[in-house]
Amino acid sequence: MKSNNIFMEYTKNDIINFLLLMFVALLIIPITIESGYWYSSILIPWLCLALASIGQQIVMGYAGQLALGAAGFMAAGAFACYNLILRVPDIPFFVALVLSGLIAAAFGILFGLPSLRVRGIYLMVATLASQFFIVWMIDKFGWFKNYDSSGIITAQDIVIMGKSFTSPLEMYLVIVFVVTVLTLLAVNMARGSTGRNWMAVRDMDIAAESMGISLLRTKLQAFAISAFYCGVAGALFAFTYLKSLEPVAFDIKLSFKILFMVILGGLGTISGAFIGAAFILLFPVLLNSVGNNIFHGAIDATIISSIEQVVFGVLIIIFMIYEPLGMAKLWDNIILKFKKNN
Amino acid sequence: MAQERRFPIGSPILEVKNVSLSFGGVKAITNASFSILTHEIKAIIGPNGAGKSSMLNCINGIYQPQQGSIIFKNELLSKVNPNLIAKKGISRTFQNLALFKRMSVLDNILIGRRLHMNANFVQVAFQTNKARREELENRKKCEEIIEFLEIDDIKNTPVGKLPYGLQKKVELGRALATEAEVLLLDEPMAGMNVEEKREMCRFILKVNDEIGTTMVLIEHDMGVVMDISDNVVVLDYGKTLADGPPSEIRANQDVIDAYLGVAHD
Repeated sequence: MKSNNIFMEYTKNDIINFLLLMFVALLIIPITIESGYWYSSILIPWLCLALASIGQQIVMGYAGQLALGAAGFMAAGAFACYNLILRVPDIPFFVALVLSGLIAAAFGILFGLPSLRVRGIYLMVATLASQFFIVWMIDKFGWFKNYDSSGIITAQDIVIMGKSFTSPLEMYLVIVFVVTVLTLLAVNMARGSTGRNWMAVRDMDIAAESMGISLLRTKLQAFAISAFYCGVAGALFAFTYLKSLEPVAFDIKLSFKILFMVILGGLGTISGAFIGAAFILLFPVLLNSVGNNIFHGAIDATIISSIEQVVFGVLIIIFMIYEPLGMAKLWDNIILKFKKNN
Repeated sequence: MAQERRFPIGSPILEVKNVSLSFGGVKAITNASFSILTHEIKAIIGPNGAGKSSMLNCINGIYQPQQGSIIFKNELLSKVNPNLIAKKGISRTFQNLALFKRMSVLDNILIGRRLHMNANFVQVAFQTNKARREELENRKKCEEIIEFLEIDDIKNTPVGKLPYGLQKKVELGRALATEAEVLLLDEPMAGMNVEEKREMCRFILKVNDEIGTTMVLIEHDMGVVMDISDNVVVLDYGKTLADGPPSEIRANQDVIDAYLGVAHD
């Protein structure tokens, strides 16, 4: 077989890329970066949101269901994890994390139900329910917040096998582990028959059904798995980045952010989730430091933040027009060109 | 040819009895009845709007006829959907192409193997032995189909980028991959040139001959229809006008009046 994108078996390239990434993530970064700022303000939120983007990618990029409400599922995951650790004595952190994902997945199935009747923009509106309902529910019933009156609850420390992971680097390593495992599983699903069924539903649902794919099962499966990823991401987000639990952190703005990450990164690619998350997260930081360093405060900070928004919007429009497949595709093209020139 | 068939034509496998279908006030099919015999190639012909595609959609479970019954292998098909029909062993192609445009040719055909793959998503995610074995086996099957259809060179191309004739071929490949007992082909040769049509006919005949698949095809090219089909059913204004072997249909005065017409000389 001469074809090179027969997946199933990982190609040599896949393995090289994977080892390279792991080398950077586990050796280069921990050795070279010492400042906690990089971990707690950039790497940790990036990986958390990339994980949530994978979730959004599964339901939207692969299964083609326009869902908006990733932050709602993140909230479900975060509060589930908090309550599990609080109420179940000696629950191992990873068990709590997986269970939070499963609880979020249950919500995913519930709020995925409209997808069986409506599609497109109408589905987007219908799935917004998850966003508002979950956050409302957590706010409304004190039990979820352990009857804390302040509204902001401090997240528990991450304790794995008796050792607590509280420094930025330690938390970063925990996240790298979780994200690596879940990304590999997502890649396997996306490349295997599961992902194929999703894409078939996305591209032509009548034909998919005629080939024996159950739309009901496939769509709800995508919603559930998507919510699982968002739930785990939400728990990690709350426990390592926010270090607190507050429903307002998971508002609709976050859902939109994740939506943009997926669109800009490239629909229907796992790598797009990481690239898109990096872009959306880092670009404001970059713009901010450019503004501060070059213009030395000559430009008002409020203007800079406005310019940020404008540049952002323009970029999204440009991307949609010139590269609807997103930055992942752009990256592929650059690599391809580079290889051709050599 | 009829004498030396490996799979001789047998008893009815699919029976359409007094089926009526209407959309609001528009009657698409009125009291149509015919049956399809095991291993035969049956053509459905008729003028535009005669209800041919609607008929396939009824059999396929996309539409629910308001009246009448469809019986497949002595089992009444009621309250069905396309997914269920696929499981029972009826597969199809579509008139206006219904391929998965952003997926490769190979992936499209692999979807046809859906019902032969039962690893669940957890097994796929963890790439258990079952998932791997199943994927490899089915890929092999698809490679065979790709070779049979002579589309080896494009198997990794996204289907949306292919010319129309090749897309039609891929769709046939996807239907073949299901290994269904009955294939419903909705205008498999529409928009093709003579060369492509001949090739398509060859594939259809070969599949029928080698695997014994029962074929139901809608086609407008009378040359093709009379050539390859064992029996022809004629629909007109949603009614069955005639049903019989090509020679009989050609001589049927009603059919000539409604559809075939007479040659001017």
